[in-house]
Amino acid sequence: MTTNARIKKLIDDNEVLLFMKGNPTFPQCGFSSVACQALGALDTSFETVDVLQDPEIREGIKAYSSWPTIPQLYIRGEFIGGADIIRELYESGELAKTISKE
Amino acid sequence: MLQAIEIQKIIETNLNCNFIKVNGDDGTHFDAVIVSDVFNDQSMIKQHQLVYSALGNMMQSEIHALSIKTYTPDEWSKKNNI
Repeated sequence: MTTNARIKKLIDDNEVLLFMKGNPTFPQCGFSSVACQALGALDTSFETVDVLQDPEIREGIKAYSSWPTIPQLYIRGEFIGGADIIRELYESGELAKTISKE
Repeated sequence: MLQAIEIQKIIETNLNCNFIKVNGDDGTHFDAVIVSDVFNDQSMIKQHQLVYSALGNMMQSEIHALSIKTYTPDEWSKKNNI
């Protein structure tokens, strides 16, 4: 399975998916931690992928979304953004709306 | 060490900016405020992607962290109640 196919499957199989450095308990980067805190503050379940454990995914995800940094948030298959956008959407209440939209 | 002004110049050369300010003095973490007409009717993601493409492959190597705030000229004038 190619890296792109692996990424697509991960994104398709998880409604709310955050590609990050580390995990919610031990985020390994400030920006990843900001993203986790925003998602954690909403009473929603979300999955994470630790790109530090998977160099292929770490590079592949940047090409997949043509976005050069980590973290990256996907909701129902749609790329939502990186740490800046996640925080702004959280502060404006848009993040909760996007997640709860059926 | 990479200077904020270098990043500012590179963005300005590749993206027509009404206003731009890049800060950061540790060589790897920077924040940028950018106002441009090209952001009109663009989603926040698209606006940020335009900034990233203006930086070419600098994001892969030299810049570890770049926090971006983008505004359309209208948003900027409202924000600064000009």
